[in-house]
Amino acid sequence: MEYEEAKQLIIDGLTKKSKSKSKFYFSDLAKILDMKPRAAKKFVNQMVTEEILEFWSSGSTSMYGLKGMGKQAAAEHED
Amino acid sequence: MAKHDTPLLDQLESGPWPSFVSDLKQEAEVRAKNEKNVEYQIPQDVVEDLLGVLELSFKDGTTHWKHGGIVGVFGYGGGVIGRYCDQPQQFPGVAHFHTMRVNQPAGKFYTSDYLRKLCDLWEFRGSGLTNMHGSTGDIVLLGTTTPQLEEIFYELTHDFNQDLGGSGSNLRTPSDCVGQARCEYACYDTQDLCHHLTNEYQDELHRPAFPYKFKFKFDGCPNCCVASIARSDLSFIGTWKDDIRIDQDAVKGYVDGNLKPNGGAHAGRDWGPFDIVKEVVGLCPTECMRYENGKLEINNRECTRCMHCINVMPRALRPGKVKGCSLLAGAKAPIVDGAQMASLIVPFIEVNKEDGYQAIKDVIEKIWDWWMEEGKNRERLGELMKRQGLQKLIEVLEIDPVPQHVQEPRHNPYIFWKEEEVTGGWDRDVNEFRKHHQR
Ligand code: HEM
Ligand code: SF4
Ligand code: SF4
Repeated sequence: MEYEEAKQLIIDGLTKKSKSKSKFYFSDLAKILDMKPRAAKKFVNQMVTEEILEFWSSGSTSMYGLKGMGKQAAAEHED
Repeated sequence: MAKHDTPLLDQLESGPWPSFVSDLKQEAEVRAKNEKNVEYQIPQDVVEDLLGVLELSFKDGTTHWKHGGIVGVFGYGGGVIGRYCDQPQQFPGVAHFHTMRVNQPAGKFYTSDYLRKLCDLWEFRGSGLTNMHGSTGDIVLLGTTTPQLEEIFYELTHDFNQDLGGSGSNLRTPSDCVGQARCEYACYDTQDLCHHLTNEYQDELHRPAFPYKFKFKFDGCPNCCVASIARSDLSFIGTWKDDIRIDQDAVKGYVDGNLKPNGGAHAGRDWGPFDIVKEVVGLCPTECMRYENGKLEINNRECTRCMHCINVMPRALRPGKVKGCSLLAGAKAPIVDGAQMASLIVPFIEVNKEDGYQAIKDVIEKIWDWWMEEGKNRERLGELMKRQGLQKLIEVLEIDPVPQHVQEPRHNPYIFWKEEEVTGGWDRDVNEFRKHHQR
């Protein structure tokens, strides 16, 4: 799979679910791509570098989300 | 004069132990006086507010920290643990109070100059409060604001030659015992292996793609000073294959009372004359030692390398010469499931600096492939091992089962053969069969 195709799949996949969820496990992303985790990781990393995805963490668990979506973006400013 | 009244915290200072409350108050005072004229980049009264919010938590019986948040500097999925206070008006100094984990040097070797500079940086851009070191091993810098994160990261990487450590669902900062640098028991170079694998797996350390956390810890010998057997998903414990080296003259030295047992430790009280039969032979867990006619003998086949005899008589007994390490997997603290100690998976593996520790990396990567595919979200390796069985892990690692893999006699009478394990497989020649059997 080419990067552009993977990127679109993830954007579409996460946007579709964005009504109910804004944060996703890495395995959710690998599932969307239908790829082995190690291979999926390369694409996901690149999407982080391009600031399409961003990380969220509790400190022990890490999650991914579309940049600017949901709680993580508001986390610093929410009241 | 303290900013907030803290009667509940003050009470903690009355106990017999050194109190973190006293430490916090001390730092609060230093910041208030600011004798060094530091241009504080985060609120000067951050520590006062930290004491205040903690007092409130004690009073309310609940935390006033929100759960989780931003996680770091650009491109990193870990190393910063975002923490926000849920009472920012009352305690503006800790409205943001992020923790930074800094990858400690292997063996935790520092110069005092380095530590001084690090503390200066943290007073300038953070709360001045540190935790040396966190359970994972990192240098833990407690409490700073979001705008400071990139600044601190830049200084750490450019002026301190230091990187952030791991947090979240990634490889956590690997940590090791002091090893060959200062310890004669070390069976391999823990610092080199720890440093090498830290560099090798930077991507796993900084970009979370694991089901949950994953820890490496390196102990040079079974004394397990970093407790790798209990605290890491993959534990590297130094060991040897051949016989314990015995110096019978030194054994006599201990028996005659000329050498102090345990290197002179436990000397605070008179334990009476050293009794080699009671204190060494009789305490060998596998009962594989014998002391007769002034000679100490060990049946090395039965020795489990528990280190007891060597610890008691280090001048007389030394680990063998063929050294390497044992790999154990699956230790964890109780979260989803109960606490677990690691299980032995590879009794002996060579620790070969020359080829970049290839044998060890092969094991690591096979384990990760399995766990990344089969592990559920937030499932530690030890839980996956329990769910699918050690047998499955042995299969994944493509190693042969050995007696050390057996924990207890089998209680399950069923054996399920796989086709490849049966000579000839499942195939049968129907025509040949029908020659002898009617339909
Ligand atoms: C080389 C020849 C045979 C082999 C390898 C064989 C193998 C087996 C096996 C593996 C089981 C299952 C055991 C279990 O579930 O724990 C079994 C059960 C049984 N076999 Fe055989 N068998 C053979 C010959 C025979 C013959 C000739 C008869 C009767 C004429 C027979 C009657 C039974 C019966 C009644 C059971 C059920 C026993 C029970 O569950 O208590 N077997 N056999
Ligand atoms: S684990 Fe063993 S080698 Fe490492 S410091 Fe402790 S006693 Fe020495
Ligand atoms: S190392 Fe432990 S098991 Fe081995 S001989 Fe010494 S006391 Fe016994």
